[in-house]
Amino acid sequence: MQHRHIRASAFAASLVAVAALALAACSSSGNTANTAGPTLDAKAGICGTAETTTLTVGLFGTFGFKENGLYDAYHKLCPNITIKEDDVEQSADYWTKLKTRLASGTGLDDVQAIEIGFVADVVQNHASQFVNFASLPNSAALKNSFYPWKWQQASNPDGSATVGLGTDAGPEALCYRTDLLQKAGLPSDPATLATKWTTWQDFINFGKQYEASTTKQAGSHFIDSAASVFSTAVYQGKEAYANADGQPDVENSDGVQTAWKYATQAAEAGITAKLQQFSDPWNKAFASGSFAALACPTWMMGYIQGQAGPSGSGHWNVAPVLPGGATNWGGSWLGVPNAAKNKAAAVAFVEWATNKDQEVTMWASKAQGGHWPSNQLAAEAPAVKNAKSAYFSNAPVGQVFGKIAGEMKIPPIGLYDTQIQSVFTTQLTNVETKGTSADSAFGDALDQIKQITG
Amino acid sequence: MAASEVLEPVTRRATTRTRRRRRLPGSKAAYAYIAPFFLVFGAFAVYPWLDTAWVSLHDVSLTTYDKQTWVGFGNYRNLFTNDFFWNAFKNTITIGIISTVPQLCMALGIAHLLNYRLRGRTFFRVAMLMPYATSLAAATVIFVELFGYDYGLINWVLHNLMHLPRIDWQGSKWPSQIAVSTIVTWRWTGYNALIYLAGMQTIDQGLYEAAALDGASRWQQFRYVTLPGLRPTILFTIVVSTIGATQLFGEPFLYSPIHQPDGGTSGYYQTLGLLMYQQGWTYDHLGLASATAWTMFVIIVLAVVLNTWLARRSYGRVAAMQTTVKQAGQR
Repeated sequence: MQHRHIRASAFAASLVAVAALALAACSSSGNTANTAGPTLDAKAGICGTAETTTLTVGLFGTFGFKENGLYDAYHKLCPNITIKEDDVEQSADYWTKLKTRLASGTGLDDVQAIEIGFVADVVQNHASQFVNFASLPNSAALKNSFYPWKWQQASNPDGSATVGLGTDAGPEALCYRTDLLQKAGLPSDPATLATKWTTWQDFINFGKQYEASTTKQAGSHFIDSAASVFSTAVYQGKEAYANADGQPDVENSDGVQTAWKYATQAAEAGITAKLQQFSDPWNKAFASGSFAALACPTWMMGYIQGQAGPSGSGHWNVAPVLPGGATNWGGSWLGVPNAAKNKAAAVAFVEWATNKDQEVTMWASKAQGGHWPSNQLAAEAPAVKNAKSAYFSNAPVGQVFGKIAGEMKIPPIGLYDTQIQSVFTTQLTNVETKGTSADSAFGDALDQIKQITG
Repeated sequence: MAASEVLEPVTRRATTRTRRRRRLPGSKAAYAYIAPFFLVFGAFAVYPWLDTAWVSLHDVSLTTYDKQTWVGFGNYRNLFTNDFFWNAFKNTITIGIISTVPQLCMALGIAHLLNYRLRGRTFFRVAMLMPYATSLAAATVIFVELFGYDYGLINWVLHNLMHLPRIDWQGSKWPSQIAVSTIVTWRWTGYNALIYLAGMQTIDQGLYEAAALDGASRWQQFRYVTLPGLRPTILFTIVVSTIGATQLFGEPFLYSPIHQPDGGTSGYYQTLGLLMYQQGWTYDHLGLASATAWTMFVIIVLAVVLNTWLARRSYGRVAAMQTTVKQAGQR
């Protein structure tokens, strides 16, 4: 559902990407009866159609709709609608498949999830192939229910086309190990840290104190990786990897320059555990305690619990601050292709699945919750706003992330953000582990980025 | 046999025009018999092969598939002036050599041993094939663990038992290439050994007896009876291994700790297969990826021709020596 699925688990799936691509054109979405007209008919009621319909929903990774009982709830609301999920493990493979289907115009599911890694591509190259949520009769009400930045990321610059409605988002704070900070003789309560971690410079200086401590846990470092700093700071600029037109522009980006400066500073100061994010050693380090802090979008809390396990409960906390200002990592949307067989029913389902109540469920559910709402009405609901996380020392996560999500200003996202970011974080690993100089690593990154942008 | 009856007219059909006409129904049946293969071959080999050539002359993205622009040989020009291509090219050759040469030598030795009457011979023969039957993904996960920097078994042996410095099997060039080659070698040695074994069993036992009578040692028997007898088999395995090495993809892809086609943080083990995948699927430049695919095809053809020539030439020497030995024996 978020960024992490590009890399996490079941990597073998990518091996069959080529085969899947070849088959994609042949497979059909397996609909049964449907007669829903191509126009969006308000009279068909809240379900979009009165006919018995099987609605296909194309997702990637563990999206959580099925796990949190949304399909069952929808079937109760609309007994004539049965939902069939079509899930691809890796979001990169999902996107390749979706592109193939968009190119051929066949095999599209009624609802197609769109991830932040390729939403810019959908907006720039495929907006005409998706239902435009900005032109629906109720578009003003829809727009007001979402965070403005979330709506904008799925819209073209003038706002005339919007390809999907937001599901989850990833407002970022910092997650840290209270026990490790205490061992190192440093302050560990969230309120004090909020004053000490307001800028990246302060944050790095704090890290130096950690490394200098004689009592710190042997072999541990302050943060997991320089990438943790980079991926966060880059989206705090006016521009990240793309200019205002959504075209890749790395060399003139203030976000890239600042982020590179702080990330290499962190690497050279030796405050990182030199791990590649989402690699196996990184996963293992959550349990072994190789680092005391990391940049932490809402979904990372679930990731930490999964990796560190029940024994980590109470050792972790969330600092109500992000050095350099509020930003976001990850998130998805639901779109409806114009070629969908059950378009009206699909639009009705998308509006329902992203409305306040469902996004509250997606956050609060015991089964597979933790998906921060991109619907700001849901974020205001008590079940979200007053949420505390027992695992994270009862941190008031609802308040912390709600505040950050409300303050966010997001630079434009471009076609190749995911690929470009991966190049930079790879080069940062070279700075951390091989002592490559910051300048030469930056040059290597630019060379590789030319391969991407063509 | 029915098949040869059907096929015979085809070979004779050129004799006269009238006869050919009369025999035509038979020919049709023959074509019908072979048609399924060629239909499948055409759809899944020839067509993609030609289409790839066509795509390689265009600027193509999957996301804007309807907007393809003709660039002529631009993609190839880009490729041949591209450091990333030459890096992958060199890596493919070095990993290919590090994995194939020891692999085939070991396979030959193992096959030679298995060719003797051993207790539990069937068990050993089946065991040889186990790596080949193991899932590549599962095996590579194990190898990644073995080659781990801090907790890997190999570094543990090096560091704790032999008091040598740890080796960075991921982040250094030759160690990472050796690690990837080890996976390839582990997987394919048994397979090649079985093929050699099958080849060895077609060699007339009488030759060995005659050689033994002439006082040839085991090594001499291997050198002057087994090796020449295995010549076509060895050629076959060299050709197959060369193709496999040029297309190497799964092992280096899965060896990357973040499962990306970048061949490590500095591209130390990015092969041509990984580069092609990265260009096509990660970066969505299908034209460039197709150019890489076609270049790989040409490289394979050249490598196979070169290998065959080398193998024939060195065999020629062995054959000549064999004749000398025989003549010496006669004298």
